[in-house]
Amino acid sequence: MKTLAILMVLLCAFTFVGPAIAVEPHEILKDSVLEARAREISKVLRCLVCQNQSIDDSNAGLARDLRLIVRERLTAGDSDDAVIQFVTKRYGDFVLLKPPFKSSTYLLWGGPAAFLLFGFGALIVAFRRRRAAQPFDTAPLTDDEIRRLENLSSGDQGGAS
Amino acid sequence: MIPEIGHFAIALALVMALVQGIAPLVGAARGNATWMELARPAARGQFLFTALAFACLTQAFVTSDFSVAVVASNSHTLKPMLYKVAGVWGNHEGSMLMWVLILTIFGLMVAEFGHNLPPSLRARVLGVHGLIAIGFFAFILFTSNPFDRLDPAPLQGQGLNPLLQDPGLAFHPPFLYLGYVGFSMAFSFAVAALIEGRVDPAWARWVRPWTLAAWCALTVGISLGSWWAYYELGWGGWWFWDPVENASFMPWLAGTALLHSSIVVEKRDALKSWTVLLAIVTFALSILGTFLVRSGVLTSVHAFATDPSRGVFILVLLVMIVGGALTLYMIRAPQLKGGGLFSPISREGALVLNNLLLATATAVVFLGTLYPLALDAVGGGKVSVGAPFFTATFVPIMSPILIACVIGPVLGWKRGDLGAALKRLRIALLIAVAIVLVTWYAASGNQVFSALGLGVAAWLIIGSFIDLAGRIGFFRVSPMEMVRRAVNLPRSAWGTAFAHAGLGIFVAGVTASSSWQTEQVQLMRTGDTVPLAGYSVTFEGVKELKGPNYEAIRGSFTVRQGDRVIARLSPEKRFYPAEKSQTTEAAIHTTWLADIYTVLGDKDKSGGWSTRFYHNPLVPWIWAGVMVMALGGGISLTDRRLRVGAPRRAAGPSAPPVPTGA
Repeated sequence: MKTLAILMVLLCAFTFVGPAIAVEPHEILKDSVLEARAREISKVLRCLVCQNQSIDDSNAGLARDLRLIVRERLTAGDSDDAVIQFVTKRYGDFVLLKPPFKSSTYLLWGGPAAFLLFGFGALIVAFRRRRAAQPFDTAPLTDDEIRRLENLSSGDQGGAS
Repeated sequence: MIPEIGHFAIALALVMALVQGIAPLVGAARGNATWMELARPAARGQFLFTALAFACLTQAFVTSDFSVAVVASNSHTLKPMLYKVAGVWGNHEGSMLMWVLILTIFGLMVAEFGHNLPPSLRARVLGVHGLIAIGFFAFILFTSNPFDRLDPAPLQGQGLNPLLQDPGLAFHPPFLYLGYVGFSMAFSFAVAALIEGRVDPAWARWVRPWTLAAWCALTVGISLGSWWAYYELGWGGWWFWDPVENASFMPWLAGTALLHSSIVVEKRDALKSWTVLLAIVTFALSILGTFLVRSGVLTSVHAFATDPSRGVFILVLLVMIVGGALTLYMIRAPQLKGGGLFSPISREGALVLNNLLLATATAVVFLGTLYPLALDAVGGGKVSVGAPFFTATFVPIMSPILIACVIGPVLGWKRGDLGAALKRLRIALLIAVAIVLVTWYAASGNQVFSALGLGVAAWLIIGSFIDLAGRIGFFRVSPMEMVRRAVNLPRSAWGTAFAHAGLGIFVAGVTASSSWQTEQVQLMRTGDTVPLAGYSVTFEGVKELKGPNYEAIRGSFTVRQGDRVIARLSPEKRFYPAEKSQTTEAAIHTTWLADIYTVLGDKDKSGGWSTRFYHNPLVPWIWAGVMVMALGGGISLTDRRLRVGAPRRAAGPSAPPVPTGA
C-alpha cells in the first residue's frame, strides 16, 4: 500500500540530487537559535515536487533551495511570519502544509467542528425523543422494564420495547 | 502453461462467486434450503480456485518466469527468496489477487465454522460476500490480470523497488489486507441483517469476532508500515499523515468505533441502526483506501484522468456496494428500533461519546485526505493539507477519548455514577497529576502539552488496570485467591484493559519522542566524536561490501556512555544496480527507553562524511503500545462467549451478562 508514497519519495530523492539526508551539515546555521527557528519553519513548508513532505523531511533539490532561502531570510533578520510570507508570495498557498483559512478552505477547517456539532445535536435530539417517549424514571422497576421482562419470559425479544 | 491455469482458475472462481452471490440470496428469500445450502460449496470452491491462482502466481515469481509481465516488471533472479515471494503482492495485480484470496478465506471460514448461525442468516451473509467477490474478480480479470504474458520474454526482470525489499514491508500488505477485507465480513453481516430486518444481541455477538480479528490485523499492518517508515526512510519520523497512510487509518478509526458500538448492541440491544451504518461505512472506507492507492488519483487528479480504467472500475464498485447497502439501510433502518434505554452518564453513554469522537476523527482524516483532490477536481485551485493541519484538528478531537476511555469501563450499564467511578480511579488520577507536575517542573515550566501527554499516558496505563486490580482483590486476599480471581475474570475485561493500556504506552511514546528528540547533523572524518544526549558517537570509518543484489557502503560508529561502549552501529547506503536506485539503511540501538538512530549520508568534496544521529526517547513504546493494543484485541477474541458462540436467538438479550465489554 505504500508503493505510491515510496514512488514519490524515490522521485524526490533521485530525480534531483541523488540520495542524501534532508538537512545537510553545511546548511546548518551557526546561530543555534536561528537554526531552531529555521527547523520549525521548515516543518510547515511543503516540498512542492514531493507528495505531502515538508522541506524539512525532503531530499529534493527544490526542498534544499527552500531551506536555504528560509535560512537566508532569517539571517537577514526576518521574523518567522515574514519568512513564511516571503515563501508564500513566491510559491502560493500550495506551499503551506497547514492551509490558510480562506473561502476555498472554509469547508476544510469548518468541517470537523460542524460534524462534531451535528453529531452532538443529533444525540441530544435522540435522547430527548426517547425520554419523551419513555420517561427515564428512578423507580427500581419501570413500566418499560416490566414490559421487557414480560417479553423476555415469553421468549419474544428484539424490537418489542 | 501454469500461468494459464492460474488465469483460468480466476475465471472459475468468478463463476463460483456468481453462484454464491445469487443462489443463497434467492434461496433465503424463497425459503428454499437447497439453494441456500449452495453457498457453502460455492465458498469452498471459490477459495480453492483463488488459492490455486495465487499458487500459480507465486510459482511464477519463485522460478522467475519473466514471460509473465508482472514478474518481469517486479522481480529479478538475484533477489533473495523472501522478496521473490513478497514480490507476489508487491505490485498492483498481485496485491489485488491477495485481496480476493483473503476475501475467499473469510468466506470459507463462515461456510465452515458458521454452524451456530441460523441457516437463512448464514446464506445471506455468504450471498452478500459472494456479490462483493464478483466485483473484485471481475476487476482482476478485466483490468488487472496478473497472468498477462510477454512475448518475447525478457532475459532479466526489472527488480522490485529496493525500498520494498525489507522484512517489515514484506508482511505489511498481508496484515493490512486481512484488516481491510476482514471488515467485509462485518459489512456482509450488516447487509444480511438489513435484508432479514433483524438486528439483535445475538447478531452482534456473531459479528464481533470478525470485526475484532480484522481490527487486530489492521492494527498490526498499520504499525508494521509505520515501523518500516521509521527505520527505512532515514529521517526518524514514523507517521507523516501521508494520503496513503491516511487511507489505511480511516478504516481503522471507523473499525474501532464499530468494535465499541457493537458492544452496546450485544449487551444492551441499543445503537442498532448506528452499528449497522458503521459496519457499512467501515468497509466502504476500506474500499476507498484501495481505490485511493490503486487508482493513482493521489499523485494527481490528472494522472488519474489519463488512465482511468482501473480507478473508474473500483469507483463504480464502491458506488454500487456502498450505494446499494445505504439504500437498503434507508429502507430498513427505521424498523430497527433500539431496545435498551440509558442515561448519558453510563457505560453506554461513554461508548456513544467514543463513537461520536471517533466518527469525527474519521471525518477529519477523510476531509484532510480528500479535500485537495476534491478542490482540484472542481477547479478550486491547489491546496496542501499536511501534518500541521492534522495536528491542529485530530489531536484535540482524540484527547477527550484518551481521558474518557479509562472512566467508561468503570461506569455501570444504564446509569453510572461518575463520582464513584472517579473514586475508584483516584490512585491513577493522583499518579497522573503527580507525573504532570514533575514533568512540568523538570522542563522548567515550559512544555505544558508534553507534561499533560505523559500524565494522560499514566492515567491510561494505570487506570486501565486499576479496576481489574480491585476486582482481583489486590493486597486484600491471598496470592492464590488473586490468581484464581484473575483467571476467572472475563477475557474481554482483560482485553479492554490491555488495549487501553496499550493506547497509554503509545501516547507516552508519541509525547516523549516528539518533545525530547535530539538531533545531530554534521560532517565527520574517521576518528571524530560527537556528543548525543549524554552519549558520544565515534566515527570509525567506512568500508564497501557486496550484498546478494546490491552494493553497499557501510559506516561504523561506536556509541559510548562515558568510557563504556554501549553499541557498535553500522548504517549503510545501498545501491541496487538492477533497479538503479539507492536506499539508506539506518542503524538503531534501542534501550527500550530510547533509540539511538544513526544514518550515513554522502561523502563531501573535502572527504568528510555527512552523518545524522538521533536520540529518540521512548520511541519504541509507540510500536510496543500498538502491539499491546492488538494483543488486547487478541485476548478479547478468546473470550468464552465468542468461543462457545452466540446462544440461540430465543435466548436473546437474557444471555448471561459479562461485567465488562472489550
